Amino acid sequence: MSAATSVNRLSLLAGILRHVVLLVTGALILVPFLWMISLSIKAPGEIFHASFSFWPVQFYGIENYKKALTETPLLRYMGNGLMVCGLILALQILLCAPCAYALAKLRFFGRDLIFGLVLAGLILPHQVLSLPLFIFGYKLAILNTYSALILPYVVSPFGIFLLRQFFKTIPDDVVHAARLDGLSEFAIVWKVMVPMALPALIAFAIFSVVGHWNDLFWPLIAVRDLSLMPPPLGILVFKNEEAGSDYGPLMAASTLVVLPLTIAFLAAQRWFVEGLTGGAVKQ
Amino acid sequence: MASVLIESITKAYGLTPVLRSVSLSIADGEFLTLLGPSGCGKSTLLRILAGLEVQDAGSVSIGERVVDGVRPKRRDIAMVFQSYALYPHMSVASNIALPLRMRRLSALQRLPLLGRLLPRTTQIAADIGVEVSRTAKSLGIGQLLSRKPGQLSGGQRQRVAVGRAMVRHPAVFLMDEPLSNLDAKLRVQLRAEIKELHQRLGVTFIYVTHDQAEAMTLSDRVAVMLDGELLQVAPPQSIYSDPDNRRVAEFIGSPKINLLDGVMRERGLIDVAGSTLPIEADALAGTPLSLGIRPEALYLAEHAGQGVLTGSVRMVEHMGSDLFVHLDLAGIDQPLIARLLAERAPHIAPGQTLHVGARPDRILLFTRDGRRLRREADAVRRYVAPLREAAG
Repeated sequence: MSAATSVNRLSLLAGILRHVVLLVTGALILVPFLWMISLSIKAPGEIFHASFSFWPVQFYGIENYKKALTETPLLRYMGNGLMVCGLILALQILLCAPCAYALAKLRFFGRDLIFGLVLAGLILPHQVLSLPLFIFGYKLAILNTYSALILPYVVSPFGIFLLRQFFKTIPDDVVHAARLDGLSEFAIVWKVMVPMALPALIAFAIFSVVGHWNDLFWPLIAVRDLSLMPPPLGILVFKNEEAGSDYGPLMAASTLVVLPLTIAFLAAQRWFVEGLTGGAVKQ
Repeated sequence: MASVLIESITKAYGLTPVLRSVSLSIADGEFLTLLGPSGCGKSTLLRILAGLEVQDAGSVSIGERVVDGVRPKRRDIAMVFQSYALYPHMSVASNIALPLRMRRLSALQRLPLLGRLLPRTTQIAADIGVEVSRTAKSLGIGQLLSRKPGQLSGGQRQRVAVGRAMVRHPAVFLMDEPLSNLDAKLRVQLRAEIKELHQRLGVTFIYVTHDQAEAMTLSDRVAVMLDGELLQVAPPQSIYSDPDNRRVAEFIGSPKINLLDGVMRERGLIDVAGSTLPIEADALAGTPLSLGIRPEALYLAEHAGQGVLTGSVRMVEHMGSDLFVHLDLAGIDQPLIARLLAERAPHIAPGQTLHVGARPDRILLFTRDGRRLRREADAVRRYVAPLREAAG
């Protein structure tokens, strides 16, 4: 009886400890985010006040957000981001899925070597390529256009790798059945493999969209025109020229930029989990 | 409807030979089973027939047409896989309809929304729908058309796979261990359904299995494959009672055939396990031989004597109507298994000394390297009797 109670007490203690650790790490990640939101609704004087409170004394949100939206073309930047990320993702899937299928299911000379090259591409950070890509972009005369933001990313070694790994888990018999049913190799990719790999595809989509929405480095090099800038670059410009030390509107702009990603991620996450469990049932 | 001709097919994966010059001719409408243990090359042969693998040498003809290098979809064949290989994201109806859609609708007509606007698409799609539901009904899965494969049981999935194969009326049906993933009861039930399907459709079936019960019950002829070679192609009954080869005799039959080493004493007598059996054989005195005796070829004898083997009972297995008695014979490691009628052998206990007789005409003789040594009587049974029957 007493042994049982002590075990209970121990597991209670472990439970509390677990929650403390999770709460602390969770807070560490969330605090900057909450601080950003808090600052975005504070008056300029209050932001630099010595005493700290999460909730503003004077609600200044409307002014800050209004300023963020009107003084810079923030909506334009976000529109740019939406278009660039959408096109990058679409082209990535269009190119990666057939490549991944060939690497996973077809037998041809040099396949392993090519897959090795894909892995090498996975190791290379994109920054290493920025100078060659810049020169390449200059020669093609696409610098300072949407193409300069999109084209360098359309072939994604990560996408090829991820889909190839997933396609490998699909039994060869399904491919054989599809060939007997009269599907061409491309039809097999789009009608059979890609729908079956939906969970992997959604994981990749989250990864790709988040990465490119937040990307600052390459847009900084590739475009100069204000009207082409993606959101983070837009914020940067906004900070330097418009807001100066006016942190309220800057934080409001940051919040607005992060908002669509957060919503999209939360929505996709639910779907992602569904996709995973749907695929887990033995087919 | 088509015959299938396989000529000297050879295939190796790297340095490992999988098929060694396999030749086989399958008649139109025949049910042929490729039977062999896993890894013997039977599935590879089937995939070569389907065009999913390419042979290193040799040729395949389907219905008088050489199909080497012809794409799988142009071979007029359908295949059912062990893993069912259904498309998990499509409904049962779409799974079954896909082969028809791919054949009857053009690429433009198959487009999701635009396709419907094109002339005749709706009509063709409706015809396909009718055929799909007719096929599904004939397989007893008519009420499952809107389900996804994930929501079906193993047996239902296999019926969907069969439906997808039969909906386009192929000339040849290929089945690669279609029942292996099902439980024993369902296997027997679906086995009967496949047999019925063959009789109903009347097309050529080529069926791959490692299960001899399936091979024996379904087939017109069985092709026994071991290590990439065809050892014997014959009707199930001959494969069992008249094997060409010791390995075939060992592979077929459960419990396994008893194999005893013996020596030819003189014409008509063979020494085996401390006894002498009166068997005619075309071999010189002193020739070592292997005797294959099926468990049911043994009977209970009253006392020791010529043609009778004596041993002590090691174990008795009761199988209802029959008893399997394991006997230890002098100088032989493997027990001799005799299948006796339970009512005629009421009290047999372990440790007891038992005499069993072997019916000479049921004993199969093999040379020590495994070839069958046929006797005159076998030859008469095999070649002359059918002629007499045909004449009379």
